[in-house]
Amino acid sequence: MTRLMIALTVVLALLFCTALVLGPANIAPLDSLRTLVIDDQGALTLVMREIRLPRAILAVLIGASLGMTGAAMQGYLRNPLADPGLIGVSGSAALGAVLSIQTGVAATVAFALPLSALFGALIGVFLVLLLAGPRGSSLTLILAGIAISALAGALTSLTLNLSPNPWAASEIVFWMMGSLVDRSMTHVWIALPFIVVGVALLASLARGLDALTLGEDAAESMGINLKRLRLTLIFGTAAVVGASTAVAGAIGFIGLVVPHVLRPFVGARPGRLLWASALGGAILLLAADIAVRVVLPTRDLKLGVLTALIGAPLFLHLIYKTRKDGL
Amino acid sequence: MLASVPSFKSKLIAGLVAFSPAIALADTPPMRVVSMNLCTDQLAMLVADEGQLLSVSRLAQDPEGSAMAEQAQTYLPNSGFAEEIYLMQPDLVIAGSFSTPATTAMLQRLGVPVVVFDYASSLSDIRDRLFQMGEVLGHQDRAAKIIADFDAQLAALQAEITTRPKAALYYANGYTSGDSTLAGQILIAAGFDNIATEAGLPYGGNMPLEVLALMQPDAIITSSPSATTSRAEDILTHPVVDTLRQKTGTGWFSDRDWACGTPFVLNAIADTAALRRQLEGNGS
Repeated sequence: MTRLMIALTVVLALLFCTALVLGPANIAPLDSLRTLVIDDQGALTLVMREIRLPRAILAVLIGASLGMTGAAMQGYLRNPLADPGLIGVSGSAALGAVLSIQTGVAATVAFALPLSALFGALIGVFLVLLLAGPRGSSLTLILAGIAISALAGALTSLTLNLSPNPWAASEIVFWMMGSLVDRSMTHVWIALPFIVVGVALLASLARGLDALTLGEDAAESMGINLKRLRLTLIFGTAAVVGASTAVAGAIGFIGLVVPHVLRPFVGARPGRLLWASALGGAILLLAADIAVRVVLPTRDLKLGVLTALIGAPLFLHLIYKTRKDGL
Repeated sequence: MLASVPSFKSKLIAGLVAFSPAIALADTPPMRVVSMNLCTDQLAMLVADEGQLLSVSRLAQDPEGSAMAEQAQTYLPNSGFAEEIYLMQPDLVIAGSFSTPATTAMLQRLGVPVVVFDYASSLSDIRDRLFQMGEVLGHQDRAAKIIADFDAQLAALQAEITTRPKAALYYANGYTSGDSTLAGQILIAAGFDNIATEAGLPYGGNMPLEVLALMQPDAIITSSPSATTSRAEDILTHPVVDTLRQKTGTGWFSDRDWACGTPFVLNAIADTAALRRQLEGNGS
């Protein structure tokens, strides 16, 4: 367990440094790291501190959020197909964010954008849990997720198409696929508080999720308050997915892939899987964000394209496996 | 009863024939002209006789993007769909080369004569388009006069360029325009060098923020923000762009004078040249 965490942390640190030295402008790696620490009063420090550093920090924060949410939802629903992107939570968060930008609310108050995304995510996750039930079958969960994703996506597109702003319609892709291009420290500051609170809420679920593997009655007899567990999950998920989506759009599949890969390493215990998936999610999103910069340095290739290319085959594999197990 | 059928049919045929390619183009000028592109709208409004132009595109009425929004209010607006344009019974449709090919092809199939104007990517293209508009609408004299005025004003603007500072054109989503575009030509005419060319983007394209920061332009010229907020325009207030602005000359110029190859680009050139003079005043 601890060895796994150390290994993940080392990989994450290496990827973080790699992310900092890669970019469309060719800066020597050592120069870039030096100017990040020592202010040269010039363009290099500006690039490092205001473009590359926030991008790398956001990749870590958002990747960790999505990985941990996936692990928490899968633990709670005891269903390996749960992922905030697949079940429509990210889509609902994007709708909340788009509404606040298009109504101009986002420009008035600093935290209006993540708050409205949080509110959207809250509605999404609440609806999914309501439709799928506490122990919903994979089928109802996925169907509920498809319906909510479709509805949120349609309303997002409708809002952007109705907007008088000439750029609005082209933003549909961003909200559906996600990107970290040209984010700034401002975005880090508006997302960070929500992510810290949400991660703390989700991390507090560890004991409850472990107990839940024995069944609901057993968990309750162990002193787990299931109602509170459910509420903590809903608010924790809404906080991290809302903040993540508000600054980076809806990035799918991270919450699906990471817990699946790491589960065997933690003895399939959902409580221990939470932090491992946070690290794993951060690694996966950083790696994806490095890949989009290496593959097409000057184009804004969306992150969701890469995560879907990795995640969708796994999703198919999981569906196949679930079917073999008889749903 | 039966007799009415052929008469209806013959009316229809007569209607189609009336719309069919106006061979008359050269002889008698068209009298029901519909323009469906923001740029041809403005050229047509400048050159057409009163009553000759029937409809312009809806975009032409939007003051954010159109230099002749007020004048455009006096025409019927169209959204560029074949059906609505056909029902206006035009004897000539003017489209831009960026107009949907499906729409122009459909109109031609329905027998409506369509003239497609190429996009202007240089100042001399503006003369050519004005000349073409004069021919199409049968007002060569009026077009020639507008061209002569344009040339005279352009010569006056270009007379006094001494130094050439570097400027960046920066738009929503981090897009920039290079020398081979109209905006790039406006920049050159106003006495700036374009960093997009230095960055290897002669036609423009996405210029990553960090490339912009490292090119260290002397001035940043951005389109002025739309009335409504959008994510795409966030980049124009990114801390990096803000910092560059504090160190350099800044122009927030309206899209309407830059977007189309019309004599209104003279306003864009004058605004940009004023920015250059201001820079020279500070620099020396």
